[in-house]
Amino acid sequence: MSAPARAAQRLWRLYGGYAVGFASLFVLWHLAAVYVVSSVLFPPPATVLRKGVTLAQSGVLFEHLFASVQRILIGFVAGSLLGIPIGLAMGSFRPVRELLEPYTEFLRFIPSVAMITVAVIWFGIGEASKIFLIIYTTIFIVIINTAAGVSAIAPNKIRAAQALGATRAQIFLHVALPATVPYILTGMRLAMSNSFTTIVAAELIAANEGLGKMLWDGRMFMLVDDIFVSLVALGLLGFAVDRLFRWSIYTFAGKYSPAT
Amino acid sequence: MPLVSFRGVQKTYRSLQGVDYPAVDGFDLDIETGEFFCLLGPSGCGKTTVLKLLAGFEAPTAGQILMNGRPVTGASRDRGVVFQGDDSLYGWLTAVENVEFGLRMRGIGKTERRERARHHLQLVGLTGQERKYPAELSGGMKQRIQIARALVNEPAMLLMDEPFAALDAQTRALMQLELANLWQATRTTVLFITHDIDEAVTLGTRIGVMRAGPSADVKGVIDVALDGARSRTDDAFLKYYKQVYEMIRDEVAASIARGVR
Repeated sequence: MSAPARAAQRLWRLYGGYAVGFASLFVLWHLAAVYVVSSVLFPPPATVLRKGVTLAQSGVLFEHLFASVQRILIGFVAGSLLGIPIGLAMGSFRPVRELLEPYTEFLRFIPSVAMITVAVIWFGIGEASKIFLIIYTTIFIVIINTAAGVSAIAPNKIRAAQALGATRAQIFLHVALPATVPYILTGMRLAMSNSFTTIVAAELIAANEGLGKMLWDGRMFMLVDDIFVSLVALGLLGFAVDRLFRWSIYTFAGKYSPAT
Repeated sequence: MPLVSFRGVQKTYRSLQGVDYPAVDGFDLDIETGEFFCLLGPSGCGKTTVLKLLAGFEAPTAGQILMNGRPVTGASRDRGVVFQGDDSLYGWLTAVENVEFGLRMRGIGKTERRERARHHLQLVGLTGQERKYPAELSGGMKQRIQIARALVNEPAMLLMDEPFAALDAQTRALMQLELANLWQATRTTVLFITHDIDEAVTLGTRIGVMRAGPSADVKGVIDVALDGARSRTDDAFLKYYKQVYEMIRDEVAASIARGVR
């Protein structure tokens, strides 16, 4: 077999299933829109794609997309950077856990969507309220997962380090932290999907741009195609970000397996 | 002066229901420098408790443990530990990185510690596996990493907690043979915990038999005057086996009667 043919076969083995899966999604959508529903309220993929290209060329789509992505990234990174050390401290020190658990256990049951109201009252409809909400939705999941990771460390890992002469600080840095990495990444991955929910909800209610604002405008002005462009953009964006996460977990942290 | 002395050591655990359980009580034992001491006892008799106390992972409720005449107050690199399972290995580090962990913590430069770790991997027969992660290695290989990781740190003694109990019979026999050879070469003081008479007679220069718990202590100590390679079919080997068996038989029966496995 020639080299290009082998490469093609490899690609097919790796991504063939995905390609067929995605294609079938659009075929089903097309069939449903054209032959079953047959209404302007449910545009087929081709129409949405055309509209998407138009919106992309005019720059409107990217303006909304970037606004949402930027908010998610800032809030997500800030929330993770705050959550990881808090989670580590809660997992490592019983007094810290007892002190902070009431906060995490109370606040995590108040959904970020419910916090939109106070966020807007406190921070207005600008960036600050959105970033606050993303931090809010990120931080508790990251804290809880990180703390769970610390308490899941096998005691013998710590004991072995003690018997090898490691100090407490060294044990924290070289044993507890790396052993917790898979849990931290899992928490971050969950937080990322929550961030999507939160940002769209927040932008639906109060924003000047963003994919959620695009959805809301679409409803206000009956721009059904715009709504679908925004929905597809959200789906693709989420899929891409999650793949990126999985890829980085696999590449950078594959060896940080919690089992061994 | 013995290297290690247990003097009237007691360790009591409290259950979740608040009931005190004395695992060991009145435990006396001396371990001399350079000996391979096997501590043998029925399941649940408190052998591992003794090891944890000497390692410094736990403190005795009463009595004293002395090493070189000074009380043991916590874990230290004087006492290298080899654990029964593989959960003490660092899954995110390669074999050689696991072995050099102690040296790295002491701030020894990369070139030197790599060199020493490689040498010890070779001693335990793991040449060529340096860059593999624990998950890629068999149970026997993982125990070899643990032994190398403890030895490279040059402890005054080695504490081994049933290190071969989870291995299959062939691998176990091979590991025992290799450990015996390694000990002949290094003469590191070893406290070896086991419930297997055969293993104790194969490896030990002295064998201490523990009474069934609760409040377990040392029932008796047998000197094993066998040198060099030991064969399970030698008359002398069988004589020691029988002697140990007779000492432990009643304790096993007591432990079974108490409902411990």
